[in-house]
Amino acid sequence: MTLMYALLALGALALVFGIVLGYAAVKYRVESNPIVEQIDAILPQTQCGQCGYPGCRPYAEAIANGDEVNKCPPGGEATVKKLADLMGVEAKPLAGGEEAEPVKKVAYIREDECIGCTKCIQACPVDAIVGATRQMHTVLIDECTGCDLCVEPCPVDCIDMVPVAQTKQTWKWQLDAIPVTQID
Amino acid sequence: METLLEQIESGKLWQFPGGIHPPEQKAQSNQHPISRLPLPEKLILPLKQHIGANGSLLVNVGDHVLKGQALTAPGTNWSLPVHAPTSGVVEAITPMPSAHPSAIPELSIILRPDGADKWIELTPIRDISSLDNAQLIEIIHQAGIAGMGGAGFPTYVKADSPKPIEFLVINGVECEPYITADDRLMRDHAQQIVSGIEVLQQILKPQKILFGIEDNKPEAIAAVSAAAKHNQDILVRSIPTKYPSGGEKQLVKLLTSKEVPSTGIPADIGVLVQNVGTLFAIWQAVFEGKPLIERVVTVTGNTISQPNNVWALLGTEIKHLLDSQGFSPVDAQRVVMGGPMMGFTLPSVRIPVVKTTNCILAPDNKELAIPGEEKACIRCSACADACPQSLLPQQLQWFAKGKEYEKLEEYNLFDCIECGACSYVCPSEIPLVQYYRVAKADIREQKLEQVKAERAKERFEARKARLEREQEERQNKHKRRSPSSPAKAAEQEKVQEALARVKDKQSDKSAVQAAIARAKAKRGENGELEPDNSAIMQEREKRKAQARKYKEAKTEQVSSVDQKDAVAAAIARAKAKKAAAQEQVSSDQAPEDKKTAVAAAIARAKAKKAAKQAEEANDNTAEPSEAVQSTGDVADPRKAAVAAAIARAKAKKAAKQAEEANDNTVEPSEAVQSTDDVADPRKAAVAAAIARAKAKKAAKQAEEANDNTVEPSEAVQSTDDVADPRKAAVAAAIARAKAKKAAKQAEEANDKTLESSEAVQSTDDVADPRKAAVAAAIARAKAKKAAKQVEDTNDNTLEPSEAVQSTDDVADPRKAAVAAAIARAKAKKAAKQAEDTNDNTLEPSEAVQSTDDVADPRKAAVAAAIARAKAKKAAKQAEEANDSTVEPLEEQQSTDTEQAQLDTQTPEARKKAAVKAAIAKAKAKKQAKEQEGNEPS
Repeated sequence: MTLMYALLALGALALVFGIVLGYAAVKYRVESNPIVEQIDAILPQTQCGQCGYPGCRPYAEAIANGDEVNKCPPGGEATVKKLADLMGVEAKPLAGGEEAEPVKKVAYIREDECIGCTKCIQACPVDAIVGATRQMHTVLIDECTGCDLCVEPCPVDCIDMVPVAQTKQTWKWQLDAIPVTQID
Repeated sequence: METLLEQIESGKLWQFPGGIHPPEQKAQSNQHPISRLPLPEKLILPLKQHIGANGSLLVNVGDHVLKGQALTAPGTNWSLPVHAPTSGVVEAITPMPSAHPSAIPELSIILRPDGADKWIELTPIRDISSLDNAQLIEIIHQAGIAGMGGAGFPTYVKADSPKPIEFLVINGVECEPYITADDRLMRDHAQQIVSGIEVLQQILKPQKILFGIEDNKPEAIAAVSAAAKHNQDILVRSIPTKYPSGGEKQLVKLLTSKEVPSTGIPADIGVLVQNVGTLFAIWQAVFEGKPLIERVVTVTGNTISQPNNVWALLGTEIKHLLDSQGFSPVDAQRVVMGGPMMGFTLPSVRIPVVKTTNCILAPDNKELAIPGEEKACIRCSACADACPQSLLPQQLQWFAKGKEYEKLEEYNLFDCIECGACSYVCPSEIPLVQYYRVAKADIREQKLEQVKAERAKERFEARKARLEREQEERQNKHKRRSPSSPAKAAEQEKVQEALARVKDKQSDKSAVQAAIARAKAKRGENGELEPDNSAIMQEREKRKAQARKYKEAKTEQVSSVDQKDAVAAAIARAKAKKAAAQEQVSSDQAPEDKKTAVAAAIARAKAKKAAKQAEEANDNTAEPSEAVQSTGDVADPRKAAVAAAIARAKAKKAAKQAEEANDNTVEPSEAVQSTDDVADPRKAAVAAAIARAKAKKAAKQAEEANDNTVEPSEAVQSTDDVADPRKAAVAAAIARAKAKKAAKQAEEANDKTLESSEAVQSTDDVADPRKAAVAAAIARAKAKKAAKQVEDTNDNTLEPSEAVQSTDDVADPRKAAVAAAIARAKAKKAAKQAEDTNDNTLEPSEAVQSTDDVADPRKAAVAAAIARAKAKKAAKQAEEANDSTVEPLEEQQSTDTEQAQLDTQTPEARKKAAVKAAIAKAKAKKQAKEQEGNEPS
């Protein structure tokens, strides 16, 4: 008889928890893989494809599926470090021996050489180039991610990647300009 | 319990945490009234001297400006104008080193003073009570006033506070060592400052105005108190000297006990802070109408012999300030803009005074020692004690070194006012503030990048979505296209109806045409898209059929060319020339295999059809000639079919276009010429095209119509091409039949002889099938000739002779030579008899001549081309009836024909034949060599 009670009690509990869990699974359903979102947030969104994937999100998905975290040259070491922290892996130097702190660049079209072929417009992943057929094209510097995907398709090689000019707003105090030695 | 207001009114002061007491060093510079400087050589005016955006330029290089004239117009986004500090000429507008620790060049106006110092017209205001807030704020805005305490925040933005202001705090603290600019200003211009306060009072209507002055400036306190005596709302407060009580947040805390929230502004708690310098500028702007063009700058330091406060025009180079106060630099001289605590060392003294420049400090190395080497943090926590913002400088330092930006933000790095108190107290000489500044810049940059990345992502996604949408649309369009065709058909119908209507009007046969149009429209309704295209469609079908034929020919062609074929081809060509001269072209190079022959035959057949379709059938000659030409001349049979097809299509067109076309003589001859010249079969197509063009022209030019002769010739032509001896008989029969027809069409009955001769000929041909083609060709040529001659009826004698000749040739090969000789003789005779038609004789000669060359089939093409060239020449010469040249040719020709026949002769005859052939060849070669130069022409 005691056995029956025990069985009934456990069965009832199992049923209740099962219902609760089933309800929770429906109610708090997670649409997409949250880790992908987090990785995507860390990536610089240049959409340059230098990682070998067509855009930042595909690379984020690849990392979530176990790809290396050191394939993002535009992100530099900082991104690698963040990704390594997030994924719980060891931070490696950038694949391909890229510089740790990449210089930010933007595309610049030498406008008198532009023939208006629109090839760069089609190549730009963020629609940062404006122009029309047989009209001169130009780059929206504020929107350019410096992915340099437009350089290769240009038939007249009139696109340069120019380092972003430093302004008073982007200027940083030079620690080495004052006599400072790092003490750790 | 007293209220806050009561407490403030009672004179209560509060304390802010931390703070330091550095040596004041103010006595050097506050002893004398503010002095004026001589006009500098040039003024460098950066467009941006404040926090916010640039104004837009109003002047150009070379413009003369007056003192106080606006050089830029303010736009939106906190922008302020800059004004000309003196009258002069705009020398340049170019980037110049800015008043910033980096000295990064910024766009600046370089003004060269003219010395006149002439003001523009000023509009001072006596009574501000007549103006509303907006007007006052506009005056402040247009005067270009920015916070002159250090940050340079646009004053008009502050004055236009959307939040109610409880306390207006006037900052006359000037806590930083060395600086006495505000001190001197308060002493010298207390009245004006109080007037400025009253302007803001009218705008903001605060409960109380708290004027905070450090107790180390008793003269200033006295002056301001005296000036503000009339205004009960202005409470002058003497506050204890402590650095940094002049900080906005610290002063608010001191005077009102309120704390500005983290990352907030004083307006959030109903407090507004203004510097005394700003108030003086407001007074100037409102009551004198003068914009902000100068400010008080303290020039001090041990290397300055006369440290003092000076009125410096904005844009004055620091060097000018230093020099005017007696500057004697030391080794490793530093010049600091701002105070020793918060200022920065200038990279150059060629930097202009801007709206926020309150002090130029030129210390020697004793009074402001170069900081020593950074030592390890000993965790003494002196920095935390000194921090006026109650931060943890030591913690922040660790995080900054480790670039742990999230931690830094967690520890409220952005509440740091960079006062430098922590660095000042640090026993290890750690430049803490520098670390914070770098960290702040890094974080700001990261955030900026985050925003940018977010935007890039958005744009990327938007682009992806757009591309997908476009692709979808494209696909949909394809799908939609078929169902939408009824609509299109309807549209076309309408168009056609309209066209029909137009035609109705234009033509007399309107009724009929309308009916036709309607019929067509109906057809269109029934689903036929373009009823008018039927003709084109047919043509296209034909072309396709031809292409198919050509393909077959190509694939099944036998590449080997035997001698016989070559001979036949040569003969055929010769006749073609004749025909051309006779206005009927039939060039038949005896296509090398059966298929090409068939193709050529079909081509001709079509040409005929086309000719029949032509309402006035005059142009037929042009077309067939072209068609056959192209097939004949083209040594490469593969291309022949293609060329022929093209030629035909065009010939048809030409025929249709030609309204009255008779000049067969012109067109065919030309056509043949052009094709003849083409020694290279590859150029055949080109030549054909040219020929066609000529034919069209000729057709148009032609006025009369006499083309009965055309059709028979064509018929004969077609048989020529048949290289296969088995078909020769059939072809010959057909040829004859046609010839008869032609003869019947001939008006006069002279041609009976011709027909019979042909009949005989054809039977002969069949005897030896191999010679059939040759014979047939000859027969045809003659038939043509005959047809033409029939008109004049003079040449009857010629024809029978020829007929006989041809029959002779074929009958017995052995007798061929004899027969040929006879034939030649007759031909000569005939030629002589022909008075008007010199060309008849000329042509056959050429024809036969060309056959000579065929002895060596390889040279056949070349020789033929040469022969043709000669024929042309001859034809031209023959116009004036000089037959002497013709006859020798004929002689030669006869030998040639003999030779050709000899090929088929028995071995006995062959010896002779060989000799003759050799001779003929030699002659042919000679001729070829002679004519090589002429060939291209």
